[in-house]
Amino acid sequence: MSSAMLELILEATLDTLYMVGVSGLISALIGIPLGVLLNVTRPRQILAQPVLNGVLGIITNVGRSVPFIILMVAIIPVTRSLVGSSIGTNAAIVPLTIAAIPFVARLVEGALNEISPGLIEAAQSMGATPWQIIAKVLLPEARGGIFTALTVTIVTLVSYSAMAGAVGGGGLGDLGIRYGYNRFNPTIMLITVVILVIMVQGFQSLGDYLVRKSDHK
Amino acid sequence: MIRLQNVSKTYFTPGNRGGVEALKPVDLHVPKGQIHGVIGLSGAGKSTLIRCVNLLERPTTGSVTVDGQELTGLSGDALNQARHRMGMIFQHFNLLTSRNVFDNVALPLELMGIKKAEISERITPLLELVGLADKTRYFPAQLSGGQKQRVAIARALASRPRVLLCDEATSALDPHTTGAILELLQDINHQLGLTILLITHEMEVVKTICHRVSLISGGELVEEADVGDFFTAPGTRLGRDFLNDFLELEPPRTLIERLEEAPGTHTHPVVRLAFSGDTVSTPLISRLARECGVDVSILQAKVESIQDRTLGLMIAELMGDADDTRRAIDYLETHDLKVEVLGHVQRDA
Repeated sequence: MSSAMLELILEATLDTLYMVGVSGLISALIGIPLGVLLNVTRPRQILAQPVLNGVLGIITNVGRSVPFIILMVAIIPVTRSLVGSSIGTNAAIVPLTIAAIPFVARLVEGALNEISPGLIEAAQSMGATPWQIIAKVLLPEARGGIFTALTVTIVTLVSYSAMAGAVGGGGLGDLGIRYGYNRFNPTIMLITVVILVIMVQGFQSLGDYLVRKSDHK
Repeated sequence: MIRLQNVSKTYFTPGNRGGVEALKPVDLHVPKGQIHGVIGLSGAGKSTLIRCVNLLERPTTGSVTVDGQELTGLSGDALNQARHRMGMIFQHFNLLTSRNVFDNVALPLELMGIKKAEISERITPLLELVGLADKTRYFPAQLSGGQKQRVAIARALASRPRVLLCDEATSALDPHTTGAILELLQDINHQLGLTILLITHEMEVVKTICHRVSLISGGELVEEADVGDFFTAPGTRLGRDFLNDFLELEPPRTLIERLEEAPGTHTHPVVRLAFSGDTVSTPLISRLARECGVDVSILQAKVESIQDRTLGLMIAELMGDADDTRRAIDYLETHDLKVEVLGHVQRDA
């Protein structure tokens, strides 16, 4: 294999990591608070707001039901206004993030649902404010579940990022399609797949480790 | 210290317009330093009652006053401030799994905004008090049920409350551990002068540590008495049922089948006798035979210690003619025995 080819593979790998990393980070920063909000505004929860909860729930569901490939092309105007272009890795980050936010939010909401209502009641009996309950009870108690949610999200983002090649997003998926499929190079195809598998394994192992470390149950 | 006036709780659900009245208007007063038990079967409204005290459940009517402060008018920060002065422990402990023993006990102090250095100073003696000074770095999952409840007690005491609310605090524990936890609660009551309101379905808990007891049924407080009186002479049917279940003092089954409600011409009364204090050691039964000419056939008997009082209970058949047995019952009553006629049995059966 030529060194140019190796360079191409390395560049594509870094592109994928960049897309996954940035979209994963932003979707966590927005998705975790959104998941908390979805949980605490449910009826009978500490900040019960049934109307707000209903609206957030619908928005989240819409976000989750649009197929990624369609989302990607549908929001091209948004992408262009945000990053100035609709092609390239930065452009791919926008739809990736938008797809991942509701995904993270629902998973985090689910992780928070697992917390025993007794713990919240105990905190209330100690005079905890809703914010203190979120910061000192909900988030720490759901830490393992949140790490699981983020691991699932990152792994999903790795596979979604491969689709970003369709809008010229770059990365391993793009490489695999352009060189492996369009130019009939099975070696390149195999290498990109192997790198993606290793990447997913790595993220999963890291996630599992963090979950184990934070779990004292 | 705790005063509930006309406190009731009705739950309104979409399917039920009129609502479900979990707690009918109740009045309850627990003076400073007292341990007051509320006993009742599941679903009687115990949990609702105790949750109304710190407003985990907001009462539908009535007022709650703790340490001179009216709570039902409070909300937000003022309510949270008031809750700092009340500790609560739970049946399932409700410790944070993500925090070790030390940090669990520190939680209420963090919530109050107390500085780290002072938190450490306050926690060490608390963990010594509950006997867990060597387990500060353990996580709840590494502790036994009794140890978890000790952590929960230390946590409840951390904010130096005036009042401790115990929600079925020993119901998830084995009898031995229950005893140890009750002893700890009693120590705390003595040492700190803490007022304790507890709810339970276990007579053992009431018997061991309570000064006063209320009986709750169908959302109503149906009876309230000093614990000694309650165990000698419960005033209600439900009270007697609780006591009989606890003492396992029921007439033998074969006797119950023969028991008739009204006396006949050839029947003997079967009585339940309860005696406390000095009468326990008086040879009343043999005197009964001598002075009233009545033979006594003891069917069941038991002596229990209820805190500092001794309580004797007996089920007996009084064998004699109608006049003699009536005199015998009078004789027993004049000697401060509580006599309850359970029924009558045919003489020669």
